[in-house]
Amino acid sequence: MNENTSETEQLKNNDDEWEPKILAFLCNWCSYAGADLAGVSRIQYPPNIRVVRVPCSGRINPYFIVKALIDGWDGVLVSGCHPGDCHYLTGNLVARRRFGILKDLLEFFGIEPDRVNFMWASAAEGERFAVLVRKTTKLVRKLGPNKKFEKKW
Amino acid sequence: MGDIESENQDIGNKIKGLAKNLLKEKEVDVIIGYTKGTVPLSASPVFITREEDVDKLLWNNLCYINLANYLAPRIPTLYDDEGQKLKVGIVAKGCVGRALIHLAVEKQIEIENIKMIGISCNGIINRKRIEKEIGEREILEMSILGNNIIVKGRDFEETFPFDEYMNELCKVCKVKSPPNVDGSCVGECLENPVIENDFNDISDFESKTSEEKWAYIKDTLSSCTRCYACREVCPMCYCNLCFVDQNKPIWFGKTTDFTDIFAFHFNRSMHLAGRCVSCGACSSVCPMGIDLNLITRKLEKIVKVRYNFTSGLDKETVPPMMSFSLDDNQEFMLEED
Repeated sequence: MNENTSETEQLKNNDDEWEPKILAFLCNWCSYAGADLAGVSRIQYPPNIRVVRVPCSGRINPYFIVKALIDGWDGVLVSGCHPGDCHYLTGNLVARRRFGILKDLLEFFGIEPDRVNFMWASAAEGERFAVLVRKTTKLVRKLGPNKKFEKKW
Repeated sequence: MGDIESENQDIGNKIKGLAKNLLKEKEVDVIIGYTKGTVPLSASPVFITREEDVDKLLWNNLCYINLANYLAPRIPTLYDDEGQKLKVGIVAKGCVGRALIHLAVEKQIEIENIKMIGISCNGIINRKRIEKEIGEREILEMSILGNNIIVKGRDFEETFPFDEYMNELCKVCKVKSPPNVDGSCVGECLENPVIENDFNDISDFESKTSEEKWAYIKDTLSSCTRCYACREVCPMCYCNLCFVDQNKPIWFGKTTDFTDIFAFHFNRSMHLAGRCVSCGACSSVCPMGIDLNLITRKLEKIVKVRYNFTSGLDKETVPPMMSFSLDDNQEFMLEED
């Protein structure tokens, strides 16, 4: 047990070794396909995101984001279709209202708002997807590891 | 108008007069109001159906409970013997009125069956602050004398100025009387209220760095025992199954570890965005004296600034979280440089 803890501590404290882990929610119709295109086109982007495919950015409940932060993810990225392009017509518009309030509240509660990022990327924008993932990774890396939520028991 | 003491008398008499009238004219079947509390520093809700009981109604500055909670859908609608819905009269300060209207907007109650007895609220006492200052001594009696709050115990008597010991939300309140919607209000009501708010009261907190904010939030919230009194007293928290009680899936832990406390309060705030009517009941009932007013106020500001909406003022405007627009502001979205 002790050995384990010290090992994780070491990993956390060693800034050179630390790589941000970002949970990315990508919508099935645009961003997931955009990520696919980035891959097929062999565009390089940081391997720090772990992708969860969701049907629509409107599927994103704030619970997902809060839970990700509490579970120790260093950052969260949510990506959906551009406004007006949603496969379900208005899912991303509904989501956008939620995201605005979520971001303001995070800032108010003292959590760095840069940990949680929202973006639009269509299925044809592999390059944009890569650029924005690079940007997110940079933002989160600057903030360092997410140490605010450490469950004691 | 004189001091708080005589204002309370006036308001109390007005309530009694209007209530008597409504019952006599058979406009309502039951009146929900406030009566003397069973413990000091509180007022109890009371249901009155007979004219002769009207004298039980009163107004003091401890009527912190939002009576709209008694009409929220998790409490069964009141029916008479023939199965007809009862008409309900309700003593309404500004925030009770706002809560009722917002519940009507969310289609949870029928405003036609409700008659608000509008009063001009003169502020609620911040009982948690007084309790804190009295400390471990036992409060036996509280009264209002002139513009002062007199708190008596076995061998002490303390005086607090009312203006200062008012609830923080009441100090900045702009809706003292319920807005009149579809003629559902008698007594003192607001017609087409438009409220201007500068939110100066939270600018101090907002100017802090995120580390300071986090330290403050952590310090304040960590005493939470997860008793859910804030949720139970909230007129907007009417879900049949709250997300923290759900066990399929278990979204958040049920412990009093800070992460779980944070999850509860953060998500509750998210749920109340654009719905909270700033009645301050949650802070007033918190057994640990957590000041939730700050969060409440911020929610009001976020919704006002982003979507130019204030909850519970009229029945027509669709709340921001129930609608969307193609031209919403999206300055927070990530963009290429």
